[in-house]
Amino acid sequence: MSIIKKLALAAGVSALLSSAAYADLSGKVIGFSQIGSESGWRAAETSVTKSEAEKLGIDLKFADAQQKQENQIKAIRGFIAQGVAAILVAPVVSTGWEEVLTEAKEANIPVILLDRGIDAPQDLYLTSVASDQVKEGRVAGEWLVGAVGDKECKVVELQGTVGSSPAINRKQGFEEGIAGHANLSIIRSQTGDFTRAKGKEVMEGFLKAEDGGKGICAVYAHNDDMAVGAIQAIKDAGLKPGSDILVVSIDGVPDIFQAMVAGEANATVELTPNMAGPAFAALDAYLTDGTEPEKFIITESKLYTPADDAQGEYDRRKGLGY
Amino acid sequence: MKRIDWRGALLRPQFAALAAVLLINWLLFPGFFDITLQDGRLFGSVIDVLNRGAPVAILAIGMTAVIATKGVDLSVGAVMAIAGAVAAVLVTGGASAIFAVAAALLVGLLCGLWNGILVTYLEIQPIIATLVLMVAGRGLAQLVTEGSIVTFSDPVLIFIGTGSLFGMPMPIVIAAVLALVATLIVRKTALGLLIEAVGVNRSAARFAGISSGLLLLVVYTFAGFCAATAGLIVAGDIRGADANNAGLWLELDAILAVVIGGTSLLGGRFSIPMSVVGALIIQAMNTGILISGFSPEFNLVVKSGVIILILVLQAPMVSQWLRARTVERKAQ
Repeated sequence: MSIIKKLALAAGVSALLSSAAYADLSGKVIGFSQIGSESGWRAAETSVTKSEAEKLGIDLKFADAQQKQENQIKAIRGFIAQGVAAILVAPVVSTGWEEVLTEAKEANIPVILLDRGIDAPQDLYLTSVASDQVKEGRVAGEWLVGAVGDKECKVVELQGTVGSSPAINRKQGFEEGIAGHANLSIIRSQTGDFTRAKGKEVMEGFLKAEDGGKGICAVYAHNDDMAVGAIQAIKDAGLKPGSDILVVSIDGVPDIFQAMVAGEANATVELTPNMAGPAFAALDAYLTDGTEPEKFIITESKLYTPADDAQGEYDRRKGLGY
Repeated sequence: MKRIDWRGALLRPQFAALAAVLLINWLLFPGFFDITLQDGRLFGSVIDVLNRGAPVAILAIGMTAVIATKGVDLSVGAVMAIAGAVAAVLVTGGASAIFAVAAALLVGLLCGLWNGILVTYLEIQPIIATLVLMVAGRGLAQLVTEGSIVTFSDPVLIFIGTGSLFGMPMPIVIAAVLALVATLIVRKTALGLLIEAVGVNRSAARFAGISSGLLLLVVYTFAGFCAATAGLIVAGDIRGADANNAGLWLELDAILAVVIGGTSLLGGRFSIPMSVVGALIIQAMNTGILISGFSPEFNLVVKSGVIILILVLQAPMVSQWLRARTVERKAQ
């Protein structure tokens, strides 16, 4: 074999290899079964997933399940019938997925769970991309520990809906975050049902019960919406949110960044709506050379304060459908 | 015209219940009755009870009239969400606040009219007829807001939710005026009597010459108007329309307020002021739970326990037994 032929062959092989190594997702059809649009965050997740797919040239088939598992199962069956390259599912409930996921497995279609986990054998899905809710609470708690230093600080807590997993985990995480710092204590804790109206009402009650708010050094809300409500209640009581009473919350919705710009909120821990980015990366690696991703991919719980270009963060988020 | 028996009225179990709940709140939190002036408006826990109770009280005013006709309106919570959404989207779109408020109230009237037509002309049972709008209405509100919380900074809309008149928060003023006007209209004219007649027996009322169909239309339309008013208040309160959560389950609180107030679900006898008292009992309980420091897992259990107690006290058997005992004691 002449050297030229050898070289050509080598080039051909390496070209084959390299095209395999970067077998991008461009042109692939991927199905996405979304729960519905029960919250602003969910709407943002949908729009971010669509834009991530567009960036990678993926042909994303979107199915809105309107909060019903039967619709999700139907959508997944539809995706299998179309022979898609992969399926993303944000499962509405945690049980009842074995049958349809087995069908997907038999059709050799990898399934990736977004945002929530399920009770099913782990070999039925490729990976699960979700945030660590306990960590979110811990990051918020640790920020407060750093912000108050050695000062005595009484904290009031606005919990999410009683019994919901984000409420339980974000409460636990925050308590872990402030553990070992005797100067911080949670003096009151009530549910604000994750809504602005209830967050405001509960905060009004706390302010009255604690001598017009003079005894309160910080409020920790399990989501930004309740924090926005609490900020209004603090203002109504004649105090300055952000300085008289520190405000820390979780989610990173546009309105909390607006409050930061106004100096009325101090910190938020982002629950990123970009669950699809890591999912597509894992899928790319898997389809390219069969790299099994980790079973549980944890998204970053990033802390934002007014120093992190709050105005810019607001502008970046306001179009996402929050 | 008959004279009002004030003493008898004040001895009703609802007032005893309200007094008891307020007393418990005071025992749990000694500063409960403290009222101060903050930025030109009254500020205190009692004011909170009135202020936070206003939306349910307003819903209860409309609901009382509906229930008195042997009906029920499950859609009021959803209509609140629609009204808030319409007003918010209009002002953020550049419309004037007056126009937005008028449009929201008009939408409320139309929703009520829709319910009334289903009940009156299609003769669908009220619980089913209004269930339609309860489910569809929230969806409509979400369509209007496109699923997100539409925030606004319009001073007029915000004033409706958080402003004050002579130191009194606007929601209280609106609820009080609405309750007063509605009570005067039904009690100083024959309207109240006609509503009761339709509630007791619609056919008999029709044979007696009452145009019961028109009356039902008016009553459901009024309930829609009340719901829209409450919707404007809660939207103004948080400076935004939250289609997912505004008024969620408040139809049940409104029905409960009416029942606590002593209006029969079987139609007939009704009292608007007592329904407002019922709404205040519910809110006094909610506020009490908030300041008591109980852990939130207890909220619903405590609330239902108190409600059972109030309803038992009102039950005919118990009230007869109590009356018999007082008579006995007087005789001794």
